[in-house]
Amino acid sequence: MIDLLSAALIVSGLFFYFAGTIGLLRLPDTLCRLHAVTKADNLGLGLLVFGLVLQLSEPLQILKVLLIWILVLAASAGGGQLIARHVQRDPGERS
Amino acid sequence: MSFDALLILDVLLAALLLMLAIAALHSHSMHQSIILFIVFGLVTALAWARLKAPDVALAEATIGSGVAGALLLAALRDNRSGSAITPSPGRPAWQVLSVTYLVIGLMLTAAWAFLDAHANNSGPRLGGLVQAELANSGVGNPVTAVLLNFRAFDTLLELAVLLAALLGVLLLGPARPAPRPAGPVVTQLVAWLTPLLIVSAGYVLWVGAHAPGGAFQAGALLAAGGIIMRLGGSRYSGLPSGFWMRLIAVGGSGVFLFVGLAAMSGDASLLQYPRDWAGTLILLIEIFATLSIAASLVLVYLGGRPDAWAPDQERGHA
Repeated sequence: MIDLLSAALIVSGLFFYFAGTIGLLRLPDTLCRLHAVTKADNLGLGLLVFGLVLQLSEPLQILKVLLIWILVLAASAGGGQLIARHVQRDPGERS
Repeated sequence: MSFDALLILDVLLAALLLMLAIAALHSHSMHQSIILFIVFGLVTALAWARLKAPDVALAEATIGSGVAGALLLAALRDNRSGSAITPSPGRPAWQVLSVTYLVIGLMLTAAWAFLDAHANNSGPRLGGLVQAELANSGVGNPVTAVLLNFRAFDTLLELAVLLAALLGVLLLGPARPAPRPAGPVVTQLVAWLTPLLIVSAGYVLWVGAHAPGGAFQAGALLAAGGIIMRLGGSRYSGLPSGFWMRLIAVGGSGVFLFVGLAAMSGDASLLQYPRDWAGTLILLIEIFATLSIAASLVLVYLGGRPDAWAPDQERGHA
């Protein structure tokens, strides 16, 4: 039962990654692409992490995976904001 | 079933590595090449992890991909803002590429020869010897045992090379000015990440005695903290100035050499630690080596003396 739930979570996580990647490749300008990648990948990562946590038994391992999740969230939020600022300051690089 | 799935992963990783390498070489803009090189480093780290070499994977991810990537990007930015690069005539692309593919072919041949030798079990192996002597080394991680005990001389010389590089950087003159702070989000991110990086560096250093980790990986993590502080607009990247900086810089090879020479006071030879003290001495050496490596990498990133070192200027705030 837990295996099934975790597989479902991981597969739906992969779906969001897939959608985000399509957005990255197909959307017209930097801000749209940034929107697609950061939103979809963060949701995908959350589902992936939740699916993986169900497979773990030791609290320390769970803590490590959750730490990775928080770090990636912080890094992608900070990075996304930096890229958006750069585009705003330098509109020539929008496309 | 599980074997097949992992084999698919391995083949995908190998193909991805080759594709990234070729893409980095063929890319038209330097910026894109560097980004591809960083991704290449991260995938290489995954490949090392799959080859059951987590120590190398850690080093590749932190130094080969992280710090080297930051250095390359900084070098590119300097080139842009300073003197314009005149595109050198250079060699035609086909020459460069044919040499590259020749090298790839040679590497594949070498890998095949290695696998062949491995399968036929020819020649002496040192792995068994290391495992047999591990109990005498003072640490439980065979990689640390080789680096800091059995082949400590090599590591000592590596630290000396780092010190030479650091002295070279200091001779280049003052560092380039710090970038302007990139807004509140990045400042906050730096404020969160820096303590976390310091703690993880300490953890990786400590855990290196019995699990993957060690001075070089910990030093690179600490250096990442310095580089991030620099990107957040800090003038000195958390480096101390003057006397303390010099002490940290020579500390790695200095303490190593001192311990090695002190071991000779008995009838042991250079770097032959007394057995009961080996673990403590290795930790002592690694602590100073970590600080030294971190300071060297951050100074290389700064590209010169931090301006706090200017004679008449007192270090105001960190």
